Amino acid sequence: MYVLNTETINTHDIGIRPVSRPNDTIVRIENLNIHAGQHHILKNINIEIPRNKITVMLGPSGCGKTTLLKCMNKLTDLHRELRVSGKIFIEDDDILHTRTNIPAIRQKMGLLSQQPYPLPLSIYKNVAYGIKLKGIRDKKTIAYIVEKHLREVGLWAEVKDRLNNPATSLSIGQQQRLCLARGLAVKPLIILADEPTSALDPISSKIIENLFRELKQHYTIILVTHILRQAVRLADNVVFMYYGKIIEQGNPQELLKNPETEKLRKYILEGN
Amino acid sequence: MIFRRYLIDRTASVWMVTALLIILLLPVLIGIALYLKSVPLFEIQSFASLVTSSVWLPAEGKFGFWPFISSSLYVTVLSFIFAAPVCLLAAVYLTQFASKKLIRLMHPVIDILAGLPSVIYGVWGVLVIVPLVGKILAPLLNISSSGYTILSGGIVLAVMCIPYMLNMLVEVFNTVPIGLKEASLALGATYWDTVKHVVIRKSYPGIISAYGLGLAKAFGETLAVMMVVGNRVQLTLNPFEAGYPLPALIANNYGEMLSIPMYDSALMFSAFLLLIIILIINIFFRYLIHKTKKR
Repeated sequence: MYVLNTETINTHDIGIRPVSRPNDTIVRIENLNIHAGQHHILKNINIEIPRNKITVMLGPSGCGKTTLLKCMNKLTDLHRELRVSGKIFIEDDDILHTRTNIPAIRQKMGLLSQQPYPLPLSIYKNVAYGIKLKGIRDKKTIAYIVEKHLREVGLWAEVKDRLNNPATSLSIGQQQRLCLARGLAVKPLIILADEPTSALDPISSKIIENLFRELKQHYTIILVTHILRQAVRLADNVVFMYYGKIIEQGNPQELLKNPETEKLRKYILEGN
Repeated sequence: MIFRRYLIDRTASVWMVTALLIILLLPVLIGIALYLKSVPLFEIQSFASLVTSSVWLPAEGKFGFWPFISSSLYVTVLSFIFAAPVCLLAAVYLTQFASKKLIRLMHPVIDILAGLPSVIYGVWGVLVIVPLVGKILAPLLNISSSGYTILSGGIVLAVMCIPYMLNMLVEVFNTVPIGLKEASLALGATYWDTVKHVVIRKSYPGIISAYGLGLAKAFGETLAVMMVVGNRVQLTLNPFEAGYPLPALIANNYGEMLSIPMYDSALMFSAFLLLIIILIINIFFRYLIHKTKKR
């Protein structure tokens, strides 16, 4: 097993984040439009995402929430048919028109998908994968970071004796936490979570939700969901989307109690 | 009414099981038939001596199959060395990087190549590869060669196997979920990192399976190889020398086998050997797939 000597490890390298400025904006999206052929998927999106809060993107299936989320870490580049225009600022860097390398931009955002996608590697190597991509080669440092983030997502006790087993040998809930640990290990600023509990049982879902509540002290979380109750439980900020447009945005208590638009009112009624 | 539906249900099941049994029994029946036809040969030479002896003098009743086996293996391994990396890289490019236009263009090209009769590859081999090997490659290395060589056989066989293996590899890589690629890219991997550590790794069992089937197909390929390989019984490690693979032995000599005693049994035994070796290749690759799936 991995015996750690933390005295030799430079904490600057391993994800101890500086205390962040509360309530400022970490993501700013201006006039974002996405087309797929003739289909206008996202229509003139303008939003600001506050730092160290949970922002929930709410809306019916197919309204463009996932596309918007994937646009933020340029995974829309994988789909050549998509034409993206507008600006997305992550901490003042326009990532859509950037000259800096895209892998470095993506490392600023950990991604958690609808269903967990463990890499075809061992549990340990899954978490170590992103760390190595950052250029960290020291085995002790890597082992320290792996353990730290497996502990952070509450998985260490469950896997410490089988770190070399394939990640696919874990349960779905454990795999999702592993994916979260893997994302956190690259020191992201933001966690992009795309309906991360949709494939999980209620107990695993609760674990993930509780983790998000703890993680928001250090990370900004952007959560896509169509589950109204999940939004109520977790959100500090709600963005309601409908057919590619942002309809309403704001504090969940006010927004969900007194919706301004008929579309959100209907959605809340049907959701309840 | 219920009885009729039950009857149709049972009949359909019986038909399906029967069809499956026929498919399962086919290789067994072929194997038994070839073995029985080879039995007379075992009375004059042991199995081990037949497989390991290099003396091929049918008129004197000496049947050593080692030159044929080694030729077959040599040509097959050469073709695999040429075809495997080309197919892997082409399949990765087609599935991970190519534009839809290129994919649309490539698919019919691959299908046409896969559908070409082997005699066309053979003629192309005689017209292009044999002179290339005999008049360009061999002189470059100060070797005298007719061009009808093991190397020519390997190249022609590789070209024949490429569309077959490429098609399978494309299918394999297309099954890698896009979510897995996104997961890797989101962690800061480049496209190449993702291909190397995720796509290829995830596809290991499929890649092995494609290679295994390709190798088994290459081992049994007859006509095109026979046209360019020289068909001389000899033991050699020099790829610029002629060889004589097992399938070519059968195809070249089947018409005259009755004139020499035991020759028919010898040819049936070579077919039996071919079946066994292909079976061994398949079992070996199944084992590899099993091992990689466990990882």
